Amino acid sequence: MVGSKKSFRIAVNVIMILLVLACILPFVLLVMASLTDEATLTTYGYSFFPRKISFAAYDYLLSSYQKILKAYGMTFFVTAVGTTMNIFLTLSLAYLLSKKDLPGRMFLSFFVFFTMLFNGGMVPSYIIWTGVFHIRDTVWALILPNLLMGAYNVILMRTYLTTNIPPEIIEAAEMDSCSEVGILFRVVLPLSKPMIATVGLFSGLAYWNDWINGLYYLVRRTELYTIQNVLNTMMSNAEFLANNTNVTQLQSASLSLPTSGIRMGIAVIAVLPVLVIYPFFQKYFVKGIVVGGVKG
Amino acid sequence: MTKSEKAKKRLSLKKRLKKYAPLYLLALPSLLYLVVNNYLPMGGLVLAFKKFSFRKGIWESPWNGLKNFTFLFGSKWAKIMFTNTILYNVVFLLLGTVFAITVAILLNEVISKKAQQVYQTIILIPHLMSMVVVGYLVFAFLSGSNGFINKSILEPLGFEGVSWYTEAGYWPVILTIVHLWKSFGFQSIVYFATIVGFDRAYYEAAAVDGASTWQQIRKITLPMLRPTVIILLVMSLGRMFASDFGLFYQVPQDSGMLYRTTTTIDTFVYRALMQDNDVGRSLAAGFLQSVLGFAVVMITNLIVRKTDPDSALF
Repeated sequence: MVGSKKSFRIAVNVIMILLVLACILPFVLLVMASLTDEATLTTYGYSFFPRKISFAAYDYLLSSYQKILKAYGMTFFVTAVGTTMNIFLTLSLAYLLSKKDLPGRMFLSFFVFFTMLFNGGMVPSYIIWTGVFHIRDTVWALILPNLLMGAYNVILMRTYLTTNIPPEIIEAAEMDSCSEVGILFRVVLPLSKPMIATVGLFSGLAYWNDWINGLYYLVRRTELYTIQNVLNTMMSNAEFLANNTNVTQLQSASLSLPTSGIRMGIAVIAVLPVLVIYPFFQKYFVKGIVVGGVKG
Repeated sequence: MTKSEKAKKRLSLKKRLKKYAPLYLLALPSLLYLVVNNYLPMGGLVLAFKKFSFRKGIWESPWNGLKNFTFLFGSKWAKIMFTNTILYNVVFLLLGTVFAITVAILLNEVISKKAQQVYQTIILIPHLMSMVVVGYLVFAFLSGSNGFINKSILEPLGFEGVSWYTEAGYWPVILTIVHLWKSFGFQSIVYFATIVGFDRAYYEAAAVDGASTWQQIRKITLPMLRPTVIILLVMSLGRMFASDFGLFYQVPQDSGMLYRTTTTIDTFVYRALMQDNDVGRSLAAGFLQSVLGFAVVMITNLIVRKTDPDSALF
């Protein structure tokens, strides 16, 4: 009995370690691929133990850093601006909806909630954002569509505000003749930091990883590409090369195409900040999953 | 406290409007954003019944009845994308739920808090990656000429390498694996958090009565997870006609030879709109996706409200 209990514990840990490895090993392969000598690659392929290590990819990235740095800068900019706007929009709407005696509260709540049930989909959104608001080939194309990430965050935030902020504190502030907006920024904002961190984290991650907006809305001005868009274009160009036999097209495409090691290197650079920051925010991240996962 | 609450209730509508006016104003950008980003596109769905052209715009484009829809169903892709979307969703939902619950239970059986924390942190990593990066990871394994699977596994064992990106038959399996890999951590954490919240007294009593770990899982954990599973299933049913565009576009590298098994409504809509200049068909497909998705949410919620009111969404 005791023996079987022990072997059960060991089996549980073995399975968990295998799952953990399954999550990590693809990234190890990616890093190794970026470090593989180009000639070795053609003979032996991507491997966890490349026969010949080469830093050529990273040398290249360092020497021709402008384009990559620019895309990297775009990613940082879009993430910072988008996340800040997202937090402001989420918090201001959630705070309004958290007021129990607000005239029109039912209607406004429904107005927000309904967008979770029904949506127009990609094509009408595309037509309206490009045809009416002309965001194609502007930096706004990377920020505006899907800014609020649905009404989901608003409802999450409102629930947090109504359950975690004691009404007495707000009343006390009202007694001190603090304005409603003043209360939001001086009383409510500091008290809702954990939820703001969670919403900000999800939104920041979404902006950092977004490539779909670039794919749809950046047609000509490729200098606005984020690092994800650069990765996406490089891969499609490589596939184009592999599947195309038209010589002139091949030549022009291969000139602009970095080696496979460099492509993998850029992917590593794109992933790195997320992996570096993640452990510090892991707490908020897990919390966000738990709160949002079930209640929806 | 109660006095002041009553006093607040007595505030007239006019006073409350005046009191909250600055807050309405502050929330106005958010509300306008919802109008632009969510409500205008809902209205834009009627464009599915127009012969839309970007040159003529929304108002000037002429109506053309059901032509977009008949045109859509005239091609073989209509059937392919609807069956693919639904089949993938069903498979993802079933396997994903079983897998996530299994991992959550295993995680709960890990005694060391430190180890538990480490496992929990690492299985979430795939969820943090963009689909572009996932596409690169998959490519490193499956590339026909350099891939790890071909070069380090199949060829050394004496098999012939497989040209993965041109063989449509493998992709239902590949995409299912990639989807599970990316999402199992996230879902497991949801179930794990639920399990952690269960009252330990049940388990202690069961242990006293000599119940084995397996019996405890079967008789306590699984039955108590039921409500959570139902809520999550109902929520996923609403996404029955939606698909993860990145998974189906990026991971197969938009390879034309794989379209038979990789085309879902979302990739079809993208290709029709952006590559084939076929706005009509993409509008028709998008219209069906939105309306059918909405119908499924409403119907499921109605059924759940009748049978199990606590699990209903609204």
